[in-house]
Amino acid sequence: MLTCKQASELVSQSLDRSLTRSERWSLRFHLLICVACARFNRQLASIQAVMNKWLSDTERNEHLQLPLQAKLRMSQALESEIAASRHRP
Amino acid sequence: MSNQTPHDWLNEHGDYLYRFALARLRDTHLAEDAVQETLLAAIQSQTYEGKSAPRTWLTGILKHKIIDLIRKQSREKPSEDLSQTVADEGVVDEFFNESGHWADRPQAWAAPDDELEQKQFLVILQNCMDRLPKKLSRLFLMRDIFEDDNQAICKELEISPTNAWVMLYRARMGLRKCLELHWLET
Repeated sequence: MLTCKQASELVSQSLDRSLTRSERWSLRFHLLICVACARFNRQLASIQAVMNKWLSDTERNEHLQLPLQAKLRMSQALESEIAASRHRP
Repeated sequence: MSNQTPHDWLNEHGDYLYRFALARLRDTHLAEDAVQETLLAAIQSQTYEGKSAPRTWLTGILKHKIIDLIRKQSREKPSEDLSQTVADEGVVDEFFNESGHWADRPQAWAAPDDELEQKQFLVILQNCMDRLPKKLSRLFLMRDIFEDDNQAICKELEISPTNAWVMLYRARMGLRKCLELHWLET
């Protein structure tokens, strides 16, 4: 039998790696009988879902752009790197 | 090589790479550095064979640059050193008693349903993230990079996968508790 502490660790790890078959079964069983851990499981899932949505929204947010200054600086850096790479064998 | 020049990469993908880096580093200067390093590395590397879209290829390089920057930072600021994790062991133990049962049972909260609620939830989540030790929030934000190749990335960060899972667990415990306190109140 898992303790709640062990179950909560597995809930968290299930978001980061594939659990083994026996871990999966013991966690599933624990979540069936433990209201607190089942709730914990749902809450972590919704935190993760909101985070994932925020990351992908941020990646798509066209208003968020490289500052012009930075772009100019990078453009110059690219220029000198290209020049330097021409001289390399 | 494709017929795109490095300047095309900057113009067409620079903003996207910046947003990707900014979301995970939460620091405009670091994000700019990451983009610049990525483009420079792209010039030096001959690995682009046109098999994947340039953006995918550049994002792949960017992920490693983000990891480099985080590792560099953790060398400069020991408090952010990812490989030092044992000190805050007590944080999680507060939640459980000696027999491993919840001492601080999770309270029910309503999952954020509509768009407005998700926005409010996100604001609180980000405030909560700022209260976490920086190395925990960093790792939590880049956990999707981990999914690509857990082992290799842990190696680059000089931590073990087990340590990474422990840190992510602590991050989530802290975030969940903080949300419980502040999301319930709204």
